Amino acid sequence: MGTLTLDAISRRYATTIAVERVDLDVAQGEFVALLGPSGCGKTTTLRMVAGFVPPSSGRILIAGRDVTKAPPHGRDTGMVFQSYALFPHMTVGENVAFGLEMRKVARAERDARVREALRLARLDGLADRLPRQLSGGQQQRVALARALVVNPAVFLLDEPLSNLDAKLRAEVRIEIRALQQRLGLTTLFVTHDQEEALTMADRLVVMERGRVRQIGTAEALYERPADAFVAGFIGRCNLLRGTPEAPGQFRTATGALLPRLPLAAPAGSVLALRPERITVATEGTGLPARLMAVTYLGAQTEYHLDLAGTRLLAIAPTPAEGDPRRALAPGDAVLAHWDPAEARLLPAEPGDLPDDAT
Amino acid sequence: MAGSRLQRAAFGVAVTGAYGLILAPVLAVIVISVFAQEIVSFPPTGFSLAWYANAWEKREFARGFATSLQLALAATAIGVPLGTAAALALARARLGGLRGALNTLLLGPLAVPGVVAGTALYLFYVRAEFWVDDDIKGTLPGLVAAHVLLTIPWTVRLVLASLQGLDRAAEEAAANLGARPFTVFRRITLPMLRPGVVAACLFSFIQSFENLELTLLLVGPGRTTLPVAMLNYLEFRVDPTLAAVATVQIALVGALMLITDRFVSLSRVV
Ligand SMILES: Nc1ncnc2c1ncn2[C@@H]1O[C@H](COP(=O)(O)OP(=O)(O)OP(=O)(O)O)[C@@H](O)[C@H]1O
Ligand SMILES: [Mg+2]
Repeated sequence: MGTLTLDAISRRYATTIAVERVDLDVAQGEFVALLGPSGCGKTTTLRMVAGFVPPSSGRILIAGRDVTKAPPHGRDTGMVFQSYALFPHMTVGENVAFGLEMRKVARAERDARVREALRLARLDGLADRLPRQLSGGQQQRVALARALVVNPAVFLLDEPLSNLDAKLRAEVRIEIRALQQRLGLTTLFVTHDQEEALTMADRLVVMERGRVRQIGTAEALYERPADAFVAGFIGRCNLLRGTPEAPGQFRTATGALLPRLPLAAPAGSVLALRPERITVATEGTGLPARLMAVTYLGAQTEYHLDLAGTRLLAIAPTPAEGDPRRALAPGDAVLAHWDPAEARLLPAEPGDLPDDAT
Repeated sequence: MAGSRLQRAAFGVAVTGAYGLILAPVLAVIVISVFAQEIVSFPPTGFSLAWYANAWEKREFARGFATSLQLALAATAIGVPLGTAAALALARARLGGLRGALNTLLLGPLAVPGVVAGTALYLFYVRAEFWVDDDIKGTLPGLVAAHVLLTIPWTVRLVLASLQGLDRAAEEAAANLGARPFTVFRRITLPMLRPGVVAACLFSFIQSFENLELTLLLVGPGRTTLPVAMLNYLEFRVDPTLAAVATVQIALVGALMLITDRFVSLSRVV
């Protein structure tokens, strides 16, 4: 049990900066997810906490103790590896008992705790099997039980679900979260799957090229992204380059004039507008637009709009049958409307927008 | 369809032919060892186990067998731990530019013809006997030292292959659970290397047990290995006694491989 503090930790390699001045505080019992595209430094950050990668600079504190220089076996972290890393020559029971054995827990207590951990991980009856005699999902739960049974100060998981099929992943997601809350574990979880992060974590850390872009709850990141990268990475978002024009207007690169949040905070050159906040109508108020494509997705329908040369995506619950919008087809003229408060100006770095490359 | 069947048939013939070519001498030796007549010719005049009895009576074979056994066991017991440590260093230690040189040094003996290495060792032993003022040639320690040169490269090669397939994450997981580096090695690394180490023991033993070229110059009176004893016998007589001895040797090596295969699947480590 304990808190985790990363104080400006960096990790530089000869040719890359894997992690650059990351600050993070994880409270007792809190579940924090590190989220970001491949190669952004998530694994490196986690491995620095576990002690496998020495930071180039900065400090790591676990339960208030500076462990920056401590070896992995002296850190009291419990890690679940992406490959599970079970000991192939030991039974499930021996795997789970290993950490207790290292902590010199007496035989009787050890057996009791192993049994309890196996029960929590729904592995009763499998204690005498070898890892290779288990399914992927069972191996994954052995890895969980092995890390949890020692009651670590900090629980670390590196993409623990990526080797499971979609159905199992959804189940285990819930199981891990329930266990974590029940045991009050301080948890750092690495994933590049935003749905995983959104559904499991108390707070998310969005990383990109070694740096933290934003830390916050799922809602904060979605509703109030700090920059265009976060807006585009969490959920779907229309991101338009252009120039803000007073009052409350934004001129896109193609010259379309769009209403926006009058306040210019945070200032920036990209307009971010969530697709589900745009309503598409055949009459009433709104900006005239042309429908480029309509994609029916069952519960939702996607409308690809052309607004004076600017492309916008709108998503709405599929209208009921009989609703005139149900008959919309490519080429139709429509009206697009949104609350100016939903259109935020965000700062952007080169490469933050998907179409920056072109 | 016809083409693929033809291909499969050709493949089958090729495989059978290759196996036949490899196994024919072994089979020939075993068959000849039970021929009755002294000069090998077909068809045999009869079958007998007399040559086995003869081999048993010739004490140089029994003594050679005992020496070879001791030698192979000692060379394995010394060479495998050293070779395993060397493989670990090669795979894990920060060696920088030294790695290539060390690799060549450790695997090099595999590429040096045994007679060359044996001659070099002979000359070295002659020199060394002056320094230590004691016998080295023709002694068991001298032979063991020479045969360790056979067992180390084989061990390095096999253990290195095992190390390359080893999941480092398991070692990290152990450290993460509180195991100190030596405990990680003893409880995780070594057991995971077991197939490689067992195979290294087997190959080291066989290499040493049947070595002739390297050993030829280093044996002495009363200290002769089985292969050298067989060569000596050949200089005076050519009869199926040698085939009988060779058959015993083949049986021993075969038994060792079967026993080893029960512990680790050999086809997976070699
Ligand atoms: N040992 C190393 N030597 C050199 N560069 C490294 C090393 N380890 C990581 N890197 C680099 O550091 C960066 C971050 O790597 P890291 O593994 O932390 O990314 P990640 O966010 O976990 O990515 P993924 O989602 O693909 O697992 C990458 O550019 C990677 O190439
Ligand atoms: Mg990673």
